[in-house]
Amino acid sequence: MKTRTFPGGIHPRYNKEISIREPLRDMVLPKEVIIPLSQHIGAPNKPLVGKGDYVMEGQVLGKSDSYVSSPVHSSVCGTVAEIAKKFHPALGFTMSVVIETDKSKSPGVYNETGAHDLAPDVVIGRIKDSGIVGMGGAAFPTHVKLTIPDGKKIKTLIINGAECEPFLTCDHTLMVRKTAEVGKGIELIMDIVRPEETYIAVEDNKKAAFFAFQKAISFSKRRAIRDIHLVIVKTKYPQGGEKQLVKAITGIEVPPGKLPLDVGCLIQNVGTAYAISEAIYRGKPLIERIVTISGDCLDKPGNYVVRVGTTIREMLECHGIEFKKEPKKVVVGGPMMGFAQPQLEVPILKNTSGILFLSDDIAEDRKEGNCLKCAKCVDVCPLRLSPTEIIRNVRVKKWDAVEKLYVSDCMECGACAYSCPSRIPLVQYIKEGKMALEKRKR
Amino acid sequence: MDTRFMMKGVIKALVPAIIASLYFFQIKAISVILISVAGCVITEYLFRRLQGREARLGDYSAIVTGLLLAMILPPAIPLWMVFLGGAFAIAMGKEIFGGLGHNIFNPALLARAFLMAAFPIALTTWTAPVTLDAMTTATPLGLAKFNHVFTSPAIMFVGNVGGSLGETSAAALLIGFIYLVWKKIIDYRISVAYAITLVCFSWITYAISPEKFYPPIFCLFAGGFFIGAIFMATDPVTTPVTKNGRWVFGIGCGLITMTIRIWGGLPEGVMYSILFMNAATPLINRVTRPRRYGVLRGQ
Repeated sequence: MKTRTFPGGIHPRYNKEISIREPLRDMVLPKEVIIPLSQHIGAPNKPLVGKGDYVMEGQVLGKSDSYVSSPVHSSVCGTVAEIAKKFHPALGFTMSVVIETDKSKSPGVYNETGAHDLAPDVVIGRIKDSGIVGMGGAAFPTHVKLTIPDGKKIKTLIINGAECEPFLTCDHTLMVRKTAEVGKGIELIMDIVRPEETYIAVEDNKKAAFFAFQKAISFSKRRAIRDIHLVIVKTKYPQGGEKQLVKAITGIEVPPGKLPLDVGCLIQNVGTAYAISEAIYRGKPLIERIVTISGDCLDKPGNYVVRVGTTIREMLECHGIEFKKEPKKVVVGGPMMGFAQPQLEVPILKNTSGILFLSDDIAEDRKEGNCLKCAKCVDVCPLRLSPTEIIRNVRVKKWDAVEKLYVSDCMECGACAYSCPSRIPLVQYIKEGKMALEKRKR
Repeated sequence: MDTRFMMKGVIKALVPAIIASLYFFQIKAISVILISVAGCVITEYLFRRLQGREARLGDYSAIVTGLLLAMILPPAIPLWMVFLGGAFAIAMGKEIFGGLGHNIFNPALLARAFLMAAFPIALTTWTAPVTLDAMTTATPLGLAKFNHVFTSPAIMFVGNVGGSLGETSAAALLIGFIYLVWKKIIDYRISVAYAITLVCFSWITYAISPEKFYPPIFCLFAGGFFIGAIFMATDPVTTPVTKNGRWVFGIGCGLITMTIRIWGGLPEGVMYSILFMNAATPLINRVTRPRRYGVLRGQ
């Protein structure tokens, strides 16, 4: 299949070889876990346990009555040490359940449940109860996403195996090592959503994943699986963005303010498909995931299986990971859209794809210069915006002009800031513009 | 890729042309170049320090302006005029607008326009290459307009003609262009649009009436087109930010250049055409804004 793509985009140094060459490392139980009650888009959960309670692995710790929400489970057996505001990688301080692990109990074994031919609403119910959210990073509750509203139909289901952020290789690892499980998850999604066509999109720098899928698909007994279109998309950041995938695969541009759903498309990350498969076929709630530990500072980078709630510091200690270089920046997520952390007592969440330890060489100090109007930001913007003009108006607070430049369309991918020769923090200025417009509306 | 890289890249791209100018005009070339750069750098330093700002000479932009200005001045120009030009370029062409990135007009071209208006004789006194004989030389465009004599393109390509320091050798400038596009320092669109428009316009007019008009290849190599299209019209600060806008800019420059060359009072139109299009840039930016993502035509 010929390589497809979207307008704009950048080609940063991917550094994927740092982590992908290492073997997948097994989980080590941490001494304590910090489970935030909010690990998703939507209403936060209310705690169902109290201080001093003994909780089992997989037990529900927090639930919400809200539809757009996702429960959180304990990832270990242990005692609740406290329920308090703890540090969250993206939200500052939020209510979290801190559990001291009971090391005498070995990790749970999740055997095949033997489930088969389940009705879609049963599957969705189990997805909700298992706390599954979008594993690509956005953490949108999956059961909500897979419930198609009346009147809308899914023409195209796209399974997102692009993984366009530099350094991250957790999805790649899943696609190559857990192909069968990912495939079963995809099948479950297809049976719920009933799309006319299904695509699996893989960037061209992950040929091994492509071949793994190709083999799995062609040997399937089900016609629907054999009909899945396996597509190579051009390796370019941000190919993994939903709008970019829709454009690359269907050629359709999702209108501003609308969702892919509105043009008949649905996208699910391969990690989400895997989590769904584990939940339905092994009865395992979302308490564990593969995380890429990378950057240029570590002696043992790679992909690690991690229990949700493990702090970064514990991760490094449990696995004996040492720094061969002093990290200047610790980023949760990818280097383009991830969050820099001020300390290491930060829990790994359901949607944490990677933790990067970046030295001075990569995380350079950028002194903001004058805008040369070189328009590199305009050339690379995947949504055809003009960051140079937006920030010019943000600087003088001309909010009408900012609005007319469609700043609300911006997905904050950072491609513009990456390309700017004057090292202007474009995304930060754009955020300022967005916030000012929000304030004006109220 | 940062600002310094871009500026240094432009300087590197100018090296072949500088070497050519040193070969053709020797001591005069060296002096004009040095004084021009000095004028620019000193003015920028003083202007900024008097404003209480950092001088930021390390971004090389004043040096680039100095070199470009030197390249578009005649070799025999009195050096005090060169210094004045450099000072004007920075003070009036850049700093009063707010510094790097804020100017509307190309500073080097603006300075040349000023010098042309203030000292027209000095700015139109040419020198023969290599021999530096001042009396009997005109530029190829001058010969074409006033004497209807067309210098051979081969000679013009190499540069053995009268003209400003950087105007003469198309070959040297072309090397610079390839370098700049390869290193992604400039966008090829403006230069290519300018060239194509220039050639088409002259081709059509020449086909209609060879006695009255200029042959297309001649037009391409004559005068300041190469230096203008490669180094002036591609200045990011003063040109459009949209891809289509850049095509429009190049086409506009081509049309105006030919119009001035054929029907204007001056033999050369590159300088004014670029300045004119610089003024039109904000309008071009607005008009060529791309379609909003996800919105179809007619919505």
